[in-house]
Amino acid sequence: MTRAASESFALRHIGPRPDDRDRMLQALGVPTLDALIDEVVPAHIRRTAPLVEPAAESEAEFLTRLRTVEARNGRHRSFIGMGYYGTVTPAVIQRMVLENPGWYTPYTPYQAEIAQGRLEALLTFQTAVSDLTGMDVANASLLDEATAAAEAMTLLRRVSRKPATAQRFLVVGAVFPQTLELLMSRAEPLGLQVESVGAEHLAIADDVFGVLLQYPDGGGEVRDIAPVIAAAHAVGALVAVGSDLLALTLLVPPGELGADIVYGSAQRFGVPLGYGGPHAAFFATREAFVRQAPGRLIGVSVDSQGGSAYRMALQTREQHIRREKATSNICTAQALLANIAGFYAVYHGADGLAAIAGRIHARASQLATGLQALGLVQHNTAFFDTLKISGVPLDLLRVTADTARLNFRWFPDAVGISLDETTTAEDVSAILNVFAKVSERGTQIVEDAPSPLPGGLRRTSPFLTHPVFTTHRSELQITRYIRHLERRDIGLDTSMIPLGSCTMKLNAAAEMLPITWPGFSTLHPFVPVDQAEGYQAVFRDLERMLCDITGFASVSLQPNSGAQVELAGWMVIRAWHRARGDARRTVALIPSSAHGTNPASAVMAGMKVVVVACDGQGNVDLADLRAKAAQHASTLAALMVTYPSTHGVYEDAIREICEVVHAHGGQVYMDGANMNAQVGLTSPALIGADVCHLNLHKTFAIPHGGGGPGMGPIGVAAHLAAYLPAHPVICTGGDDGIHAVAAAPWGSASILLISYAYMCLLGGEGMTEATRYAILNANYIKARLEHAYPVLYTGRAGRVAHELILDLRPLKQASGIDEMDVAKRLMDYGFHAPTVSFPVPGTLMIEPTESESRDELDRFCEAMLAIRAEIEAVIDGRVDRRDNVLKHAPHTAAVVMADEWTRPYPRSVAAFPLPYLRTHKTWPAVGRIDNPFGDRNLICACPPISEYEDALA
Amino acid sequence: MYPADLKYTKDHEWIRVDTDAADVGITDFAQQQLGDVVFVELPQVGRVLSQGEVFGTIESVKAVSELFSPVAGEIVAINDALTSAPEQVNADPHTAWIIRVRTSNPSDLDALLDAEAYTQHVS
Repeated sequence: MTRAASESFALRHIGPRPDDRDRMLQALGVPTLDALIDEVVPAHIRRTAPLVEPAAESEAEFLTRLRTVEARNGRHRSFIGMGYYGTVTPAVIQRMVLENPGWYTPYTPYQAEIAQGRLEALLTFQTAVSDLTGMDVANASLLDEATAAAEAMTLLRRVSRKPATAQRFLVVGAVFPQTLELLMSRAEPLGLQVESVGAEHLAIADDVFGVLLQYPDGGGEVRDIAPVIAAAHAVGALVAVGSDLLALTLLVPPGELGADIVYGSAQRFGVPLGYGGPHAAFFATREAFVRQAPGRLIGVSVDSQGGSAYRMALQTREQHIRREKATSNICTAQALLANIAGFYAVYHGADGLAAIAGRIHARASQLATGLQALGLVQHNTAFFDTLKISGVPLDLLRVTADTARLNFRWFPDAVGISLDETTTAEDVSAILNVFAKVSERGTQIVEDAPSPLPGGLRRTSPFLTHPVFTTHRSELQITRYIRHLERRDIGLDTSMIPLGSCTMKLNAAAEMLPITWPGFSTLHPFVPVDQAEGYQAVFRDLERMLCDITGFASVSLQPNSGAQVELAGWMVIRAWHRARGDARRTVALIPSSAHGTNPASAVMAGMKVVVVACDGQGNVDLADLRAKAAQHASTLAALMVTYPSTHGVYEDAIREICEVVHAHGGQVYMDGANMNAQVGLTSPALIGADVCHLNLHKTFAIPHGGGGPGMGPIGVAAHLAAYLPAHPVICTGGDDGIHAVAAAPWGSASILLISYAYMCLLGGEGMTEATRYAILNANYIKARLEHAYPVLYTGRAGRVAHELILDLRPLKQASGIDEMDVAKRLMDYGFHAPTVSFPVPGTLMIEPTESESRDELDRFCEAMLAIRAEIEAVIDGRVDRRDNVLKHAPHTAAVVMADEWTRPYPRSVAAFPLPYLRTHKTWPAVGRIDNPFGDRNLICACPPISEYEDALA
Repeated sequence: MYPADLKYTKDHEWIRVDTDAADVGITDFAQQQLGDVVFVELPQVGRVLSQGEVFGTIESVKAVSELFSPVAGEIVAINDALTSAPEQVNADPHTAWIIRVRTSNPSDLDALLDAEAYTQHVS
């Protein structure tokens, strides 16, 4: 059976057609793509056997097969709770946001003027969180609830006024097991001690810097937490409270009870369970602590026209600036999921959310009454949605529940049942029937069961009072609101996003479809593994394929971001050294060109960072590496190196670099950020690495979601396999696995389906072809632009790898026009800027990926060349150095259409500098944003409507 | 350009010695390198510093830098005005003091640069 060429996914994924390829090669002066690859990739690291697995499937074949895989996942009803709850994603949000490339393809909103839509949506999320928790400031989300708890712990240590010797952290009462696990995981390398204690007779000693508790607690009990908070504060300890946004519509918020941090998961605000994720964790704190807080923070500032505009605030906290001194190694939020949660709050409003919470609580109360009528013991004297029951033989109950296809949470001596938004009256009856059967008694449903919540803990303060939560209620209104926001942003559905180091390739529709199929989207992460056979089969395939691509022996799919996997990689290396009795090995060698996350992650694993210099060509300085490796020979833990380098070059000496490190007893950790230039051509194992992580959201097609989610599996050589991360609830990982690094056993499992689809649809051959075209596209851009802009680093034969750095510093010297002016002017041309000032200040780094067609590459190059001509006019003195089209960029429609026009250039030059813009114009939503103003006047919640009125007046 | 009555460190702090205490700030060169200053993290009054010790951080939109004490001594005052108006550091760097220190070791000053030497250092 032959497949039509138009049914080949490789032809959909890869941009240039065969005749384009030939013309592009001609422009490069090489006869064939093979010849180009031979020039670029050093022969001594090339794969000898081609990547053949898997065989490519067509979209239709793949989706049909995946339906059968989906059917292998169980369809039990889950009442397990533990931070994961059934929820209803409103269909309009599913269609308009989750399944919409306008929302899932954009990058993190660094270029704020063309990201106002999702910045407003994230600000709405922050507002909802700060309202519901009763805190001053909320961030734009973190990776998962357990990670947020760990971040809370480290924030409390940073802001504590106690001496550095105060290293004890108390976990009071019941918390979720995955939360406790991540606290231990993060505390140990930092020298902090986590201790679990009961809430009764609490004694907080002087060396305790912080306390964490849950409200409702980890078993579902709702207690007044004010006494614990007061006791902690009385001795100078600070308090983090894990909570539940839905419960907080009914309960007095922790902020009103004195909490210093409130964190938790926003998953039950409309985000599918997805067998563990991706979900948005929330994190809120006091204004006084905000400069020490982790994660992205959206703030309000003003633009060049004096109007209100949104942007990411206080970026100096982040690891790309502070490196090993960063507040956290976390780069990203869970933007797409935070936006879904924010829209869920917009969709339901305060009254709707309270009604949903009230219904859940009423059903839980009804169930409690029914169970007590059966003579059972219900342990939670006050609860929101979770009951803890004993008084029945648990073995028998387990079998009976399984037969009725119900999943509960199993304690050693009790059973936990959590209800949620999806729980029906029939579910309550079904649960009662199971208990009745085991207790051999008849059930009785009580209609109006009393609520056990004490009056003093019932919320009285208003929340979600901003008009955004009341004005978009009909479906047309909310459709138009979401669409209005979407149109303000540039995603891959608008134009190429040439961000270097970010790999903004196609996120194909067929890859995205399965994530909302119910067999994948409704599965709770802690169901028995035999109810997740479909997922498990996908994991096995995926692990095998990733091993094949990396050359490694084992892969863990747990870490759910680049930051988390870096920590996991360092912890695995640390565990290996320790197991060999070599605990002194704590020096991390990191090249100066490394991404800022690398040193931040190493420090979190208890490493001491030693920076290795780069030479004039941008390569690791071998002499410096040799000297530093020798100097730290007895303490060297590992080198962390990106390949090809962050400078966009295949370093010839990479094998030698790895050998030097190995010779001094260190391991080699390869940052897989640039894996898109390796797949099928070489591999981390061939290069000599022991560990490598894979940013599935770069190379393997998971969309960036406007700033998250991501997934970062870790691959390791055989000797490290035993240390791959374990999990406290579900058995996974190596025999001597390190503590879990993510809340869920397989991280954000549902989006692994996207990478799985990518690999199955392209096949081994297609993935290799993708790598080759990524290199072709980058070198084609180089050939078109190098006469206008100097290319900072090149490798063999004057070629670049899959990305290239344009050096704008000489032009700035000559014209005063800098990289930021070019970035903003590109918006007028309809493009998102390349990566600005990373890894070298004053430069732009371009990564086109294989997915961009020659037409789009040409359009981008023409825009860059037109901008170069505009700079030339400044250099020539034909236009003023300050009052010119570059310094005033970007130009909004309102500016260009103002009644008065005083600029020294025509309006048409401002808005339509090239002919294609007449038919293909994207207007920046706001003028250039005043960043210092926003950081000096921090506002991180939706501004009152009066501010917009003032701006219009 | 660099006032002659100040002494300077190679880390770009200046110090102006009075009879009983000395003001410390960052130089014009430093504020230019940082760009628009958005936040100055001030230490507690009463803290005792050794020479070269980090006493705070200064942040711009794009960079963050630690502040090093040019001399040993006790912090007797901090410039609270910078909390609400950090841009003063950009506007008038050699007036916008950050901390006032009662120096404990006058000979610390001998190791510092004078205006001429500092001008050479940054050129």
